Amino acid sequence: MREIRELLVKKINELLENGTVNRVIGWKAGDFCYDVTPAVYTKEDNLCDFLFDGFCGANQSKYLINETKEEGKVLVLLKPCDSYSFNQLIKEHRIDKEKVYALGIPCSGMLDINKMKEQGITGILNITEDGDKVKAETLYGTKECDRKDVLLERCLCCKGSKHVAYDELLVPEAEEKELGGADRFSKVAELEAMTPQERFDFWRTELSKCIRCNACRNVCPACSCRTCVFDNAASGVAAKVNADTFEENMFHIIRAWHVAGRCTDCGECSRVCPQNIPLQLLNRKFIKDMNELYGEFQAGEDSETKGPLTAFTKEDAEPGIIYTRGGDR
Amino acid sequence: MQRIGVFVCWCGSNIAATVDVAAVAEALKNEPGVVFATDYQYMCSASGQEIIKDAIKEHNLTGVVICSCSPRMHEVTFRRTVEAAGLNPYMLEIANIREQCSWIHKDKAEGTEKAIILGRTAIAKVHLNAPLTAQESPVVKRALVIGGGIAGIQTALDIADAGFEVDIVEKNPTIGGKMAQLDKTFPTLDCAACILTPKMVDAGANEKIGLYTYCEVDKVEGFVGNFKVTIRQKPRYVDATKCTGCGECTTKCPSKKNPNEFNMGLDNRPAIYIPFAQAVPKLATIDPDDCIYMKTGKCGLCSKVCTAGAINYEQKEEFITKEYGAIVVATGYNQIKPTEFEEYGYNNYPDVVTSLEFERLMNAAGPTKGHLLRPSDGKPPKKIVFVQCVGSRGQSCRDKSYCSKICCMYTAKHAMLVKDHYPDVEVTVFYIDVRTPGKNFDEFYRRAVEEFGVHYVKGMVGKVSEEDGVLKVQASDLLANEQIHMDADMVVLAAAIEPNESARSLATMLTASMDTNDFFTEAHAKLRPVESPTAGVFLSGTCQGPKDIPETVSQASAAAAKVIGLLAKDHLLCNPCVSHSNELLCNGCSTCANVCPYGAIDYVTKEINDHGVRETRRVAVVNEAVCQGCGACTVTCPSGAMDLKGFANRQIMAEVDAICR
Repeated sequence: MREIRELLVKKINELLENGTVNRVIGWKAGDFCYDVTPAVYTKEDNLCDFLFDGFCGANQSKYLINETKEEGKVLVLLKPCDSYSFNQLIKEHRIDKEKVYALGIPCSGMLDINKMKEQGITGILNITEDGDKVKAETLYGTKECDRKDVLLERCLCCKGSKHVAYDELLVPEAEEKELGGADRFSKVAELEAMTPQERFDFWRTELSKCIRCNACRNVCPACSCRTCVFDNAASGVAAKVNADTFEENMFHIIRAWHVAGRCTDCGECSRVCPQNIPLQLLNRKFIKDMNELYGEFQAGEDSETKGPLTAFTKEDAEPGIIYTRGGDR
Repeated sequence: MQRIGVFVCWCGSNIAATVDVAAVAEALKNEPGVVFATDYQYMCSASGQEIIKDAIKEHNLTGVVICSCSPRMHEVTFRRTVEAAGLNPYMLEIANIREQCSWIHKDKAEGTEKAIILGRTAIAKVHLNAPLTAQESPVVKRALVIGGGIAGIQTALDIADAGFEVDIVEKNPTIGGKMAQLDKTFPTLDCAACILTPKMVDAGANEKIGLYTYCEVDKVEGFVGNFKVTIRQKPRYVDATKCTGCGECTTKCPSKKNPNEFNMGLDNRPAIYIPFAQAVPKLATIDPDDCIYMKTGKCGLCSKVCTAGAINYEQKEEFITKEYGAIVVATGYNQIKPTEFEEYGYNNYPDVVTSLEFERLMNAAGPTKGHLLRPSDGKPPKKIVFVQCVGSRGQSCRDKSYCSKICCMYTAKHAMLVKDHYPDVEVTVFYIDVRTPGKNFDEFYRRAVEEFGVHYVKGMVGKVSEEDGVLKVQASDLLANEQIHMDADMVVLAAAIEPNESARSLATMLTASMDTNDFFTEAHAKLRPVESPTAGVFLSGTCQGPKDIPETVSQASAAAAKVIGLLAKDHLLCNPCVSHSNELLCNGCSTCANVCPYGAIDYVTKEINDHGVRETRRVAVVNEAVCQGCGACTVTCPSGAMDLKGFANRQIMAEVDAICR
């Protein structure tokens, strides 16, 4: 990790020096070392508090929507999975590609602070990653855990070490996929096997926790509307709070519909949810259904192909499919 | 605030029997904005319409709600009514309290309550209605007929006769369809070829008619008056401009053992073939799966004997794109292969044949030159059993639920012809019912029984087996209530007919609806039987349901009349309920353009002034003359920037709110 950071700083400085870009979207630490936030650095900032460690999970592609409206080219650092969101945004004409320099950076999995806390590692001051182990300096002394136990959910189902879009790679890509292997639809299949009442209870329990902080929407690279329907008074569904259980449910269900076919399964929604609602599951249900009905599709794999919900082929499932697939039949 | 008038129709007793219409009018008077409400026996009648017009003037109405039948029935009528009284026709909403209420309820209290809810839903919508003005779009004065059987030919001839250009797309190498394969036709017993082939020749010679044979429709874009159709010309491997149809190649071709489709596989044809003598166009076609040269690169005999130099083994498929104002579907039917009906032994015994195969065996141009000889040994049969309703009118999954309609008559025809040519042959027909409604049909059937002595037995055949080269038929006689065991030399199965296999994918291309049996659905079962619900798409022949030739020809001419009525117009009034984009909300993401089936959405980069903030960006622009108001863009647009005039999201939401109130 440290070597990558050094290489990265060197490369960023080089690109800023030679004028390829005039600023870079990087990461910096927040109040605690694990609440890393994206930050924009210009040449003058000298990358003073630039950070790159296991807590840099944040997907930066969405920041390009606003950044590419500014003067000059901006440098973006894309982990392999981030490059899918980047492609999807290019496809939707949300990013001016001419104003971006995309640097593909390697990734060996990012850490989930919640999983570390569950392991009893609290009061973290800083971490060092050493092979399969994560060492944490904490208020209560040094603690250690296995990396595989504290990886983000998305890393367990890693899409691989290949970038689907970049202008330059920081280091050559690994041939083999290092992480992943978990079945991303296993939890969805579990939900599908439930009775409708069980499934409803599951989602009511989860969604009742929602405090409508909008973090999931604000971080989601697919939720990139200029004016979200939930902020548009004329839409008839605008609301700032969950006034009742119906709104608790519908906010997330409408959001899942709006990103269906465009969601790259980056998992940022689940990562940022302060209430730990497994929001990614809703999107994965859509992805699983679309794969079954219209064939395998990965949003953002390229920047041209129409998504399954916006393309039409004669082989598409007929609407009557709901009769045979409905849950309670 | 709108000033709304509500008019509740009794529709005689259609509505009034299950809905208290006076109570509905009374309840709706209390809705916000309603200044007048009344009920009347027939709102669509002249006096009913007068009540509406008078009320509009007297009460200065700005919006009208009519609680009546489906808008598909009388929306146009009532739009004209309000327009005549000076209102914009789109300030009218219809609450369907007949099909969606009175007809499906038995309890009057329940029906009345629902009618009130439907009425207030329409009132909630009309509050948000705005006047709309329809634009005009030009009509391409050319029609496309898909399918070149008797239905397609008749439709094309009639359209051409009115002076319009018309193209026929036929997937086979020749036009003619199923009728060309028939021997004689009921109830007059004239020879199918004698009456069909002149029409085929007419179609081929008519300068207004373009024949696209061995072609299939590949893509359909556009809308009524302005369809753009891509036609795929399959390679014939014969240059159609050079081939004279002399047939020399077909006699020299060494690959002769290929099942002859025209004769239902009862004999063989060469790899290069002309389907039958009267084929139009009379061109040779090479089947690449049968051609020795195409498979091995050796032979080329046809190329050597062709003095016209028409053979071209390198020919590729071609795509032709043309514009049409109207499209007629005439894709016809197929007879099912009764392979699943093992009790009849069709799979095992060559002398068990379908009725269409029997047509070929009786036909002078058929495999036996018109001599009735059984397929197994070529001997003349002495006893023939006909079985009706094979695969029709059944309930199991192998059956069609419908009556194939033509079988009773052609079976009587077959029986009669056999008796006429070979009086010694014993003919027995097993039937469930004999259905002969049609001009001179019952007389025809009775002639078979009474004059020709055909033996009709009410009952079905349970099993056909074979012993020592003789077919053993086991059946029941329901009238005598006894089991019958009889010998037969041939068994003829009146197998069900079903829509052509190409119909479903074509329906998808045309966005034309189909029923559960894959027959095309008409716009109205009684009043618009030759129109599809999709504007500009018309139906001709058996693609819409089982029909005999007289009915097919009638419907073909009716469809032509509808097409001529459309093509005679220079302009069509567009639907003003079109989509539009709110530039302030538009993300410029192209999702709407991706789903638009009409290509009505373009993108422009322009400066947008968002409450004083100026920004140059990409936004969607709708071409209103092309948009058909399907609404696909409005539901796919994530930000809600796309909205439909007359069916705005706010209007729909207001309706939902009114229902849930």
